[in-house]
Amino acid sequence: MGDFDFSIIAANWRFLAEGLRYTVQVTLTAMVGGILLGTLLALMRLASLWPLRWLAAAYINFFRSVPLVQVILAVYLILPLLLQFLTGRLIPIGADNSAYFTFTIFEAAYYAEIIRSGIQSIPRGQVAAGYALGFTYSQTMRLVVLPQAFRNMLPVLLTQTIVLFQDVSLVYAIGATDFFGAADKITQRDLRPVEMYTTVAVVYFVLCFALSRLVKYLQSRIAIIR
Amino acid sequence: MIAINNVSKWYGDFQVLTDCTTRVAKGEVVVVCGPSGSGKSTLIKCVNALEPFQKGSVVVNGIAVENTKTNLPRLRAQVGMVFQHFELFPHMTITQNLTVAQIKVLGRGKEEALDKGLKLLDRVGLKSQADKFPGQLSGGQQQRVAIARALAMDPICMLFDEPTSALDPEMINEVLDVMVQLAREGMTMMCVTHEMGFARKVAHRVIFMDQGAIVEDATKDDFFGKPHSERAQNFLAKILQH
Repeated sequence: MGDFDFSIIAANWRFLAEGLRYTVQVTLTAMVGGILLGTLLALMRLASLWPLRWLAAAYINFFRSVPLVQVILAVYLILPLLLQFLTGRLIPIGADNSAYFTFTIFEAAYYAEIIRSGIQSIPRGQVAAGYALGFTYSQTMRLVVLPQAFRNMLPVLLTQTIVLFQDVSLVYAIGATDFFGAADKITQRDLRPVEMYTTVAVVYFVLCFALSRLVKYLQSRIAIIR
Repeated sequence: MIAINNVSKWYGDFQVLTDCTTRVAKGEVVVVCGPSGSGKSTLIKCVNALEPFQKGSVVVNGIAVENTKTNLPRLRAQVGMVFQHFELFPHMTITQNLTVAQIKVLGRGKEEALDKGLKLLDRVGLKSQADKFPGQLSGGQQQRVAIARALAMDPICMLFDEPTSALDPEMINEVLDVMVQLAREGMTMMCVTHEMGFARKVAHRVIFMDQGAIVEDATKDDFFGKPHSERAQNFLAKILQH
């Protein structure tokens, strides 16, 4: 045991904290953006107009069929070219910013499927009752269906977010420094992999476990009395 | 008030409504009965366009519901509907259930909506339940709240789709009492129900449906006294045996 040297953590805590901050930021951005975009995709997928359904299905199936690492790389490489093509100017985006965009559009596909099943779990009679009171489609969705659907799917949405939180580590592929990336970089320089990776694992565990406890707590708080 | 003219409806090849025609005048109470699967619920849902139909027309207060230019939300806001399974919004309190459509659809102020909602809640005898959630109420209580919710919109007529079929027997009467009171106040009502006691008490007319068609459309006395069709006779003989 004498060979363990955890001073490496103390010496580099600022760098690690920066990485963790980035990981949390990407997670929150992709969660909020992904749920918003995912809700739109889910509503499109359940729409009566077939082009909307088709478009949403194509989007969802595409992103669910491609490995995340590849999407991270592709967006990083293609997005600047696309922006240059559209604006005629070279806009440096950088790996850090590219990841915000990638995770949002990628996670939206997964959130969309969760949200779709959540919407479908609401009895049709609830929709009929909304319409019968004179609500429009959008009022029926906003006031009746989605509030109930989100309560039902909260555990699954947050589970997906926990997966997302861990998946942010894949930004190593484009050289962005998230929490795991920061640890990795220090390890390669200082050669203390055991101490570093153990610490990282513990931090991931504590955060994810806390999040899953939060899910449980929220679930009991906002459960619908039936 | 409600005119149903030659309405036919198909699910694919299966015809659920065949050439249905009837009228409900202002202040009239019409009971629709018939064996299950006869199209009663489908017909009543055509009145506020919850069910689309392929042929015929339904005119409510001078407005054709099948017309694509009709503002359906506005029309539905004037037609109260009560469902078999209550369909209160489970994530809202009773008060919110009573006020949300008044506020969002009719544009009433919160105070006014609350005032109206609580008055109606009192009327159906549930004033003390205002802050509870639907899941905390019995079926009969939920259905009374559902009636109050529909009344809060000041509807010009009320549609009831088997309002007591999902209730335990001891709760049926508390709901029927509210409906009888409503009928006696002159509300225009179209009720799909098997409650023949209710029909006898307050209905002006009874419509008997079988296999998607209106087989009998008679005044209450004629219907219970001497139904024309054999099918209606059989139906009555079966359900009035006990």
